Amino acid sequence: MKQSSFLQVQRDRANKRAVVIVSQLPGAEEILLYPHEQPPSGVHIDLFQAARSAALRDQSVTVEVGGIGYFLSPINPPLRLLIVGAVHVAQPLSQMAALAGFDVVVIDPRSAFSTEARFPGVTRIETWPDKALASLGVDRRTAVVTLTHDPKLDDPALETALRSDAFYVGCLGSGKTHASRLARLKSRGFTDDQLARLFGPVGLKISAQTPAEIAVSILAQIIETLRRG
Amino acid sequence: MDTPGTAASLDPLAQAEVWIREGKQVALATVIETWGSSPRRPGSRLAINSSGAFVGSVSGGCIEGAVVTEALAMMEDKRPRVLDFGVTNEMAWEVGLACGGRVRVLVELVEPG
Repeated sequence: MKQSSFLQVQRDRANKRAVVIVSQLPGAEEILLYPHEQPPSGVHIDLFQAARSAALRDQSVTVEVGGIGYFLSPINPPLRLLIVGAVHVAQPLSQMAALAGFDVVVIDPRSAFSTEARFPGVTRIETWPDKALASLGVDRRTAVVTLTHDPKLDDPALETALRSDAFYVGCLGSGKTHASRLARLKSRGFTDDQLARLFGPVGLKISAQTPAEIAVSILAQIIETLRRG
Repeated sequence: MDTPGTAASLDPLAQAEVWIREGKQVALATVIETWGSSPRRPGSRLAINSSGAFVGSVSGGCIEGAVVTEALAMMEDKRPRVLDFGVTNEMAWEVGLACGGRVRVLVELVEPG
């Protein structure tokens, strides 16, 4: 691989620009394709389509185009986790999710909760969650989890998340809390089918007790949802 | 600020860039195909420098030693190669995958240009 291509890939990663490394096997000169941009001239359209498809599936593949074997390796921007509520569970969850490769944003308008001391190095937004979600743009590579227990903060976030392509939407709270949440959202016009997307009470059932253990169960459920599709 | 997930110790491409900027020779090994059970999926990478230090993985630790050896040889002859590991490999590698799967790995130099 040419050093110039390698450094370009690193710049693309820093700029969160999806790129596909296209290598002729074995290891002959590679090209870089940008799957969500205009195909460059001189590149076989089948090769470009295969690169776009690999990026959408987030899977590296070997393909044959025009009798030539290629290895297509998409490098997508990180998945995102938007956490509503700068509460105790959010502290270990933001660190664990970052380790698992997520870009994490913690959203909470309450400045007493959302502090640098509690979330060192974590991106924080101190505004109303529905506004924050709308400005961040929730797409199919985004997970949203609400942790505040406060309908004033959680519900508007959930309404925005339910209208988005988020691959995961979870809400912390007991079975009872979740039942009343569903009733509120239903009265706001959401159907049972739409509400079936919600994971609540949030997390895999591993009998988690501490905030860090609850964070493990939430992150495990997000990954399960991502990988099982 | 670096999140833990992009710290160079966990990110082979970030580590490769650090080594390149230090003027070191760097090879990248990438899983290009797998068959059966295999711990790392295609696109998984291992960065290796000329001292034999490495970051990342192409298996669960089963074949990294052999891949590093091959990468160091490649730094001499500059020829990229595709290596096959597994139960029915054709190249008679001494190492294999305990899980019984097969994996094909591209080993290439990050070369000037």
